[in-house]
Amino acid sequence: MTKEYKTIKTELRLPYELAYGATWTRFFEGMKEKKIYGTKCPKCGRVLVPARSFCPRCFVDMGEWIEVSQEGKLVAWCYTNYRYFGMPTEPPFIGAQINLDGTDVNFLHLIGGFDLSNFDEVRKIVKNGMKVRAEWKDDRNAHIMDIRYFKPL
Amino acid sequence: MSKRVGIVAVAQNAGAESKDNFYDQAYRVTKEVLDKAGLTRDDVETIISASSDIYHGGISCANAYYWETTGAFMKNGSRQDGESLFALFYGAMRIMTGRYDTALVIGLCKGSENPPNDTCTLMYSDPFYLRNVGLTETMAAAFQMRAYMEKYGITEEQCAKVAVKNLGNALGNPYAHRKGRYTVEEVLQSPRISDPLTELQCAPQSEGMVAALLASEEKAKKLSRKPVWIKGFGSSIDAYDIGDRDLLDGQLKNAAARAYRMAGIKEPAKEIDLAEISEPYAFQELMWCEDLGLCRAGEAGKLIDSGKTERTGELPVNPSGGVLANNPYVSRGLQRAVEAYLQITGQAGERQVEKKVKTALAHGTHGFAGQCHAVAILGL
Ligand SMILES: [Zn+2]
Repeated sequence: MTKEYKTIKTELRLPYELAYGATWTRFFEGMKEKKIYGTKCPKCGRVLVPARSFCPRCFVDMGEWIEVSQEGKLVAWCYTNYRYFGMPTEPPFIGAQINLDGTDVNFLHLIGGFDLSNFDEVRKIVKNGMKVRAEWKDDRNAHIMDIRYFKPL
Repeated sequence: MSKRVGIVAVAQNAGAESKDNFYDQAYRVTKEVLDKAGLTRDDVETIISASSDIYHGGISCANAYYWETTGAFMKNGSRQDGESLFALFYGAMRIMTGRYDTALVIGLCKGSENPPNDTCTLMYSDPFYLRNVGLTETMAAAFQMRAYMEKYGITEEQCAKVAVKNLGNALGNPYAHRKGRYTVEEVLQSPRISDPLTELQCAPQSEGMVAALLASEEKAKKLSRKPVWIKGFGSSIDAYDIGDRDLLDGQLKNAAARAYRMAGIKEPAKEIDLAEISEPYAFQELMWCEDLGLCRAGEAGKLIDSGKTERTGELPVNPSGGVLANNPYVSRGLQRAVEAYLQITGQAGERQVEKKVKTALAHGTHGFAGQCHAVAILGL
């Protein structure tokens, strides 16, 4: 887009390198093995996913590691139909919050595995409360998008 | 509060794209607020600026652009990142310590130069998990909107009415960026960018240098015939990960309770004459009205239907057009306070409400789905 007045185009490209830390290293390595890990708080008993090193509410170290269910209930969704820098896949796509069975927080991912091109049809299929299950990619890189999406059951 | 803090002058620039540069805009708004208060740069004792690196990453660090333009160099100047209503609080607190009699508070943002809002808000997402799933402020708001409608039976039409009202109100606001007479159908038929949100229900990307000059009670009475007192303020912040939160039970209730307690407000729906609320997404004005206690939980759909929150209504909400009409991102909360000040002092021009405004509320929010909220009560 060219403006009518004199402008300079500038861009920031600053390479950073961030540590995953022990907990998230283990969580994301689990993705490679098609496992979703959470951790359980010894005080409030909540299972948080992705795994955390501490419970933000109780402010204590998390206890045992739990491989959580790959099925859950859809609790929030939106049909995104515009392009933006960093979008996870070509639109349209469905961003979603999923309450994985046995966990106490909502997991952010995508819903897919059916025709998304017609929004009116999508609205007939996707409902809060419906059951969904993780579908994994064949090529996995210890990355959150090793799960392709969650597919309605 | 033993000693009161007053707002004695305000200034802001227009939200639409301008060929002026950031530097000149910031200087002119600062100069205007000083001139209105009858002060020179030397008279201002302390300065708090509000901005966010994400929203000016293209220019440089804050140092390059702020300290000369706001007159802050060689003084106790400080910068706050994020929602600018906090800068108003910090300015007020500095005066309340008794060490300062004057403080300049200024929010700085030149949105037209930035990448799209959601390119910026994607950077709120952590780089390991949420960012890779593409979480932006718009996606988080869309989750929240559907949950809100389903829980309370609020309709898409009721949400769209907020955009109709606010974009219509903005016709009277020379500083507003987006304005117009729209119908509910037009709002709902605008591009469905992130269902259930349509484009006209999402705030634009605006410019906004927004300044307020604060003074101690004694000084304020000297500088202004009609200072507006900061009667109370409060804030609260929720957990970061939206998956850890109940998107329908956020922190605004706590922020409001803190501000109301400080201001001595017991029945907000009766005691507040006017509210300027930050609603980057139309439905949020409804949710925030409930959380602020301006109506009961789940009843904001009825509230908008009743016409009570129109500019001509009993409890005008966003007579300026709100954030839907003008979204200078970081500056938007402070801009709500500036608008409230103008309404209280009768200087709001064409957007001046008909009723007399003695007590007004200003609200700011930052983060996904209202992670952080700030509330100020201003009054005579
Ligand atoms: Zn706990």
